[in-house]
Amino acid sequence: MASEATLTAVSPTLSVAATRQSSDRKRTMRRVLNPLLISGSIIILLLILFVVIYPMLSPYNPRDPDFLQPTFAPSSWAHPLGTDNFGRDTLTRLAYGGRTDIMIGFAATFVTLVVGTVLGLMAGYYGGWFDNILMRLVDFFLTMPYLVLVIAIVAILGTGVWNIVYAIWIVGWVAYARIVRAETMVASRLEYVEAARVVGMGEFRIMLRHILPNVISAAIVFAMADIVLNVLVTSSLSFLGLGEQPPNPEWGLMVAEARDFFLRDWRLMTYPGIAVLILGAGFGLLGDGLAQALRPKS
Amino acid sequence: MTGYVVRRLVYMVPVFLLISLFVFFMVRLVPGDPAIIILGQQATPENVERLRQKLHLDAPIWVQYATFLGNMLRGDLGDSLRQQRPVMHILTERLPATLFLVAYSGILSVLISAPLATFAALRRGTWVDQAVRIYVVLALAMPAYWIGMMLLQFFAVKNHIFPVAGYGEGFFGHLESLFLPALSLALAVSSILIRSLRNSIIETMSADYVRTARAKGLGGRSVFTWHVLRNSAMATATILAVNLAFMVGGTVIVESIFAIPGIGSLIVRAIFDRDYPIIQGVTLAVGIMVLFINLATDLSYAVLDPRIKY
Repeated sequence: MASEATLTAVSPTLSVAATRQSSDRKRTMRRVLNPLLISGSIIILLLILFVVIYPMLSPYNPRDPDFLQPTFAPSSWAHPLGTDNFGRDTLTRLAYGGRTDIMIGFAATFVTLVVGTVLGLMAGYYGGWFDNILMRLVDFFLTMPYLVLVIAIVAILGTGVWNIVYAIWIVGWVAYARIVRAETMVASRLEYVEAARVVGMGEFRIMLRHILPNVISAAIVFAMADIVLNVLVTSSLSFLGLGEQPPNPEWGLMVAEARDFFLRDWRLMTYPGIAVLILGAGFGLLGDGLAQALRPKS
Repeated sequence: MTGYVVRRLVYMVPVFLLISLFVFFMVRLVPGDPAIIILGQQATPENVERLRQKLHLDAPIWVQYATFLGNMLRGDLGDSLRQQRPVMHILTERLPATLFLVAYSGILSVLISAPLATFAALRRGTWVDQAVRIYVVLALAMPAYWIGMMLLQFFAVKNHIFPVAGYGEGFFGHLESLFLPALSLALAVSSILIRSLRNSIIETMSADYVRTARAKGLGGRSVFTWHVLRNSAMATATILAVNLAFMVGGTVIVESIFAIPGIGSLIVRAIFDRDYPIIQGVTLAVGIMVLFINLATDLSYAVLDPRIKY
């Protein structure tokens, strides 16, 4: 009896607190799972599923000319997006080409994200000569247009998709280093970082456990735009003939190969461009959504 | 002011040295003898020996770099492997087309972005704003090579409205010939421009002095022209300047598509020819170009914005 009485006495405040908490949580959930983030993730997931699964389902070879198939075929059940000048199925080529582009995008971006973050963290935390030298390097790399730098390095390494990736590794970390360095300089003056230092924590642990979680979100948001940029660079170089080589399919290369057939069949040039657009829109939405989700509560 | 200009010039020196270092090491990182790489596989031993002497290839690396730097400052960038004439001549021949293209696309991008950003900012939250936002997301991912190819094929090859290739004769010839390439570059950069400009206009509109102008009874239009637009023009100039480097990079692609005799198409051709002196020369020219664009932007602030004091 007694406990029941206490319960009824306490319950109003409890339930108010509970509703406030649940509405808080709801608001957080709405912020974290915002429509931008969800639509972006769905687009990217579908795109990845398409490039992974479709090549397994498709009976066509993406490289060799297929003399049994009609050339420049219109859309049909057999060829959803038609065929090209060699009778190769366009949708199959888009899927294989997407494999290359998306894989390159991830491979190029992931390494630059990690390297740039580590260097930016160290520069922002330690300052001094290391910071000075690193920032001069950053000035240089940011002065030169990204595309020209990558092309100049590809000129040294030779053409090919992986050489483009190496070139991006050499120049791409710069943007992350600058972002993370700026954020680190702010974060390392925060009180709890000071407190951690006073308690006697090691510098490595402070950087990793206390500063990194504060600065990584800006880098990750930037990475979403950077993947698009890197796919654009890779496909641009392939378009120019410096990346993926025929007969391999790649989106930029497919645009270049379609140039002689535009008057005959404009779709061959249009589809690869739309594929890049879908990829870009997906990561664009994902980046905006992540920015919203990771922004600290205001 | 003079002091500021001098300081700004001094600040350029380390970046310039890094650009020259990068260009210097480009040839030395290719496996093999730099002299043979520069002169090509068919070079005669005498010529190779003469170049080795000229570049001091037997001396320590820092002597080689000093020689390189000295030659460069005197305007000697070596000879093109394919064209057999000084790289400097080729660059000065080809730079005007690229500069024209970059300036042209800069102007076009403002003409495209400013109205869209203004509408989006003024009609914030309405369907206009949403439509512009969708455009921004799509334009960010629009490859310059794709827009360029589509424009070329549609407006030049199919419908003969614009010339298919080249640079044209005279100022108006350039304007006509370079319209499609400049438009491709402008569209590619418009996404970033619109996004930053929209935010900047929204920010300006909530500034104190705009509120004051409203409070003293100025009409909406007059507040917008005299207070918001003037300040946003500064922001536009900044954002444009930041992205000019991006446009310079983009010229590599559109010049190749539209066969424009600029330095962008030059470097692509040179890679296929393994013409390293040209690759070095273009890289250097691009770096110096961007350095001066940045310098001009910073100096123009000092002139345009009375709030900035040095």
